[in-house]
Amino acid sequence: MTDIFFYIFSILALACAFGVVFSRNTVNGAMCLIGTFMSMAALFVLLEAYFLAVVQVLVYAGAVMVLFLFIIMLLDVKESAARKTSIYTWAASLIGFGIMVIGVVAINSAESIKTKTANLPVAEGVNLKNFGYELFTTYLLPMQVTGFLLLISMVGVIALSKKTNTQ
Amino acid sequence: MDINFIILKFVYAAIVVSVIMGLCSYAVLAERKISSWIQGRVGPNRTSLPLIGSIPVLGPFLTRLGVFQPIPDGLKFLFKEDVVPGHVNKFYFIMAPVISLVPALTTVVVVPFGRIVTDAGEVVPLVLANVNVGLLFLFAISSLSVYGIVLAGWSSNSKYPFLGGIRASAQMISYELAMGVSILPILMWVNNPGLEGTMNLFDIAQAQNGFWFAMWMPLSAIIFLVCLFAETNRLPFDMAESETELVSGFHTEYSSFKFGLFFVGEYAHMVIGSCVFTLLFLGGWNPLPFVTIDMLGWGAGYIGAALSVAIFLGKMCGLMFFFMWVRWTLPRFRYDQVMKLGWKILLPLSIANLIAYVFIIYYLDTSL
Repeated sequence: MTDIFFYIFSILALACAFGVVFSRNTVNGAMCLIGTFMSMAALFVLLEAYFLAVVQVLVYAGAVMVLFLFIIMLLDVKESAARKTSIYTWAASLIGFGIMVIGVVAINSAESIKTKTANLPVAEGVNLKNFGYELFTTYLLPMQVTGFLLLISMVGVIALSKKTNTQ
Repeated sequence: MDINFIILKFVYAAIVVSVIMGLCSYAVLAERKISSWIQGRVGPNRTSLPLIGSIPVLGPFLTRLGVFQPIPDGLKFLFKEDVVPGHVNKFYFIMAPVISLVPALTTVVVVPFGRIVTDAGEVVPLVLANVNVGLLFLFAISSLSVYGIVLAGWSSNSKYPFLGGIRASAQMISYELAMGVSILPILMWVNNPGLEGTMNLFDIAQAQNGFWFAMWMPLSAIIFLVCLFAETNRLPFDMAESETELVSGFHTEYSSFKFGLFFVGEYAHMVIGSCVFTLLFLGGWNPLPFVTIDMLGWGAGYIGAALSVAIFLGKMCGLMFFFMWVRWTLPRFRYDQVMKLGWKILLPLSIANLIAYVFIIYYLDTSL
């Protein structure tokens, strides 16, 4: 049962991800991205990471993508015409794809990284209370750093979008 | 997994969804009756069914109450001509009404509507899925319903619906923040160090055997209620529709059953919103503060279960009445007022409320 659901949602996630990349219409792309997030949330549910699944939907599909759509509609982005892809785009995407393939192969072939089913770490995040406790004790520093990164990007956006007075 | 188990869940889900749909159709009738009562009119009082309508005293009485009105209303939505304007984006135009209704019906899954005492003496919720992250699940799924309105506005490809869709998306994001922050004091209280951590709606309702949360967290309750109005797009926050400015906003181009889905979706959101408010702030199925069903004497068994459902539905209907009462009493905000209220008043207020309750709960925990 779980296997079937895994295949269904993985295929859905991949299909939607391809849709994001290949669709010319920006709204289509945004909707496909929402589909990807939802299927990823479903995959989290299959892994019994319910909190993560719900937060995935709540934050990404429910808030971030609404803003995306809002901006797309407000700017009224027209369907991008079928224009020739530049040589740089091709080169960059090929290099990126190559690095990803190397990464996947490396992870799959390295015995030391693989986790045996027997010695999986205890899933602390399943219980919501444990999740919060671990987040604010063991993983406090990573969380603070992430928060700080978000703050930096927010300040950056404000600095960029604010019209500077040149006079 | 047993096949019977799955079939049983399907049957339960079908029953709950049909009850919600029934509540929605009668909420429409209630809305019409209450609006006419407030405006000194009579409201729907003509529709009659052939057989029941001709029973001597009862028939005319029910007819005057308008009890049969939802049936022709529904049929009208089904059989009117379905106009799809030529300038729309067909795919999203058809998808939008569905997207606006489905999240509302999905959130029903985690809403407990009563409790039953089993033979072993355990108190078990009457709910489709009793999940630990119930409250978050509810917020997550209901935050998706904005896509229905946004896509309807965009795919209609004309000015007024578009403005309606843009307004709706901005408004819903703004009020979601204050809404989320306003319930944090409750979560802090039900998760305080001595207790088992939970975000389960059933546990939150059960935690209100004494004081209801609305009584000692009134500010949270008020902020949550205001945000609920904004999230369900009800007047005075119906910026997405606002007839006087935008014809009828995001559903201007919709007709027939597609409009019907939007219409039912709005009421379904209201029903769910009222349920959640009842569970979070009004003590769920506790008849009075400090009085639980168990104290009434018939707490155990099926009578107690039915009683809990009845009390819960009663409170929910009271809230629905409040929704309608407000709609026909208050005038609509201006759009800038809506934004100002959301960002400059409700959000800071809810954060201040949260900080205040951090200290109050800390004090209660350490000194009592």
